[in-house]
Amino acid sequence: MNSALKKRIGNVLSWVMTFLLMLVICVPGLWVVLTAFRPNSEVLAKPAVWIPQNFNLNNFAKIFGFGAEQVAIPVPAYFTNSLIIALTSTAIALLIGMSGGYAFARYRFRFKNGLFLGLMLSRTVPGIALSLPVFMIWSRIGLIDAKLGLIIVYVALNVPFTVWLIDGFFRQIPKEMSEAAQVDGCTRWEAFWKIEFPLAKSGIASAGIFAFLTSWNEYALASQLTRSTDSKTLPVGLMDFTAQFTIDWAGMSAMAVIIIIPALVLTFLVQKHLIAGLTFGGVKG
Amino acid sequence: MAEIALHNVVKNYGKLEVVHGINLNIEHNEFVVLVGPSGCGKSTTLRMIAGLEEISDGTISIGSEIVNELPPRKRNISMVFQNYALYPHMSVRDNLGFGLKIAKQAPDVIEERVREAADVLGLGDLMDRTPAELSGGQRQRVAMGRAIVRNPQAFLFDEPLSNLDAKLRVQMRTEIKKLHQKVKTTVVYVTHDQVEAMTLADRIVVMKDGYIEQVGSPMEVFNHPVNTFVASFIGSPPMNLIPGAIDGDNIRFSDGAHISVPTRLKDKVRNGQEIIFGFRPDDLTPVGHGINESGQQAPMKLVITLAELLGTETILYTQIAGQEILGKMFDPRDIHPGEELNMNLSLDKAHLFDGATGKSVRLD
Ligand SMILES: Nc1ncnc2c1ncn2[C@@H]1O[C@H](COP(=O)(O)OP(=O)(O)O)[C@@H](O)[C@H]1O
Ligand SMILES: [Mg+2]
Repeated sequence: MNSALKKRIGNVLSWVMTFLLMLVICVPGLWVVLTAFRPNSEVLAKPAVWIPQNFNLNNFAKIFGFGAEQVAIPVPAYFTNSLIIALTSTAIALLIGMSGGYAFARYRFRFKNGLFLGLMLSRTVPGIALSLPVFMIWSRIGLIDAKLGLIIVYVALNVPFTVWLIDGFFRQIPKEMSEAAQVDGCTRWEAFWKIEFPLAKSGIASAGIFAFLTSWNEYALASQLTRSTDSKTLPVGLMDFTAQFTIDWAGMSAMAVIIIIPALVLTFLVQKHLIAGLTFGGVKG
Repeated sequence: MAEIALHNVVKNYGKLEVVHGINLNIEHNEFVVLVGPSGCGKSTTLRMIAGLEEISDGTISIGSEIVNELPPRKRNISMVFQNYALYPHMSVRDNLGFGLKIAKQAPDVIEERVREAADVLGLGDLMDRTPAELSGGQRQRVAMGRAIVRNPQAFLFDEPLSNLDAKLRVQMRTEIKKLHQKVKTTVVYVTHDQVEAMTLADRIVVMKDGYIEQVGSPMEVFNHPVNTFVASFIGSPPMNLIPGAIDGDNIRFSDGAHISVPTRLKDKVRNGQEIIFGFRPDDLTPVGHGINESGQQAPMKLVITLAELLGTETILYTQIAGQEILGKMFDPRDIHPGEELNMNLSLDKAHLFDGATGKSVRLD
């Protein structure tokens, strides 16, 4: 066998492997998306209908309360809750992450290493292990079934990560840059916003997107701490589609698509930012 | 344009004191170089002048104003950092104009001043590039441009050339000197390189371990070092230092060899005093190949162990009192290791330092 042929077979083989792997990864997601656009009857048909016959937006109209058929699930309320909770908790986690990350990167203070280690260690505890204590405390102080309750939990969940990531980005920016700006006439605050913030921007954006995705997709804790339309989020709401005897697969899938879309968009943004990276031409290269 | 005065300036980092009450007066438009080995507190001192480091004790004034409590932006100084610290997300033009923009100057004023600075430093073609697209030398120029656009009271430089290769370093050194002649301003320049200090300074401040050892013009510091530290730090190759003791009219070394006490220093030493005898390689030369061959000489026969050719001169390695000693041969001929030469040690320029304190006996 000559080497050209060998190489070709190797190539083909690697393509086949890649294809199989991608299939395993993509098919469940693809199936959810397909299901979202088909009537439940077709989804449940036996034998399975592989190629969609009816392709429409009825399921979406249904879960948002338009059209002929309606479901008794308050999807718009869940959507609003999810949005409020994810956005607020992300904003707070970012604010804390920026101040904390900046402090860790720039200042010396007592117990700095211990504090940092503590933050990181807190990430090793699975969130669900804390659900019982959190539930007990929250029920005493009336934060069960309140958006604020979830927001606090998600901030706590995200802060170690945002601090860590943003610290890394600020650490890469030589402190001389802010000093140069201060000599050039800036206050410390101006130097931060005009020089250090723009340079750490992609890091801060990435941290924000990760924090948002964590809050947006979180299920385990939300399912414990929420009860009603006051605070239930989309992932928890998904379970509303399971009735005692039936599961509305089509409606559930439509809702899943609604959950996935913002996550997908944000993931693309994160990629762009992470790949963009930073060019530190200001320093000796 | 302003004088800068440091009065008993102290810097502590927690319990650690790194600058121990230094005093220094820098005059209008003077080019002062702080030089000393790494870790001696040069940067710390400069950063205290800039306002980037708090002053633990003492006062610093710029112009006639005490600036201890003023933030950097109110001191009207500019600084060039070792790593240049250009703003990576801005073009060269915006880097140069940043300070003026912060000072809320009109756009046409900014443009004018930026163009002037760019002309002075030859940055014309680079204005739209970002720092990442510049070479080391160009970045260095932009950093200097950023310092001059604002027309500050004083320039502070912290080892601005140490990131450049040797050739560029020499070139930029000359440019800095020229720049200072063009834009007459007070300059405080920090370096660990004594050649930079000698070539650039109006006045050199030699520092060691948070103390100022000596302040003086390059010639003063070179010709009249106050102690063995300055003697060995300034000048390359460094001054030869041999411990010995005064024995009547002679200096006796550990191996019993002796030479005469330089006449001009005779009444500065006592009999029996432990001293360190110092002389520059330039003053130990083969007969007929020296530059100081008149005056008091100590002739000696020395075996050359190694010769380094530099072209116009050759550095000779030999031994005196069991110690490696460097001499020089001007207008050189070929020298073979092992050769014995008749050499002259010019005593008129030799130094004596006290054996215990290292201080020049000239000062007693
Ligand atoms: N932030 C700091 N905390 C503690 N010690 C410092 C700090 N910055 C500098 N030092 C110490 O101060 C001394 C002088 O430093 P520096 O002024 O940077 O020296 P150099 O003469 O090399 O510029 C050094 O011993 C250094 O370790
Ligand atoms: Mg330094």
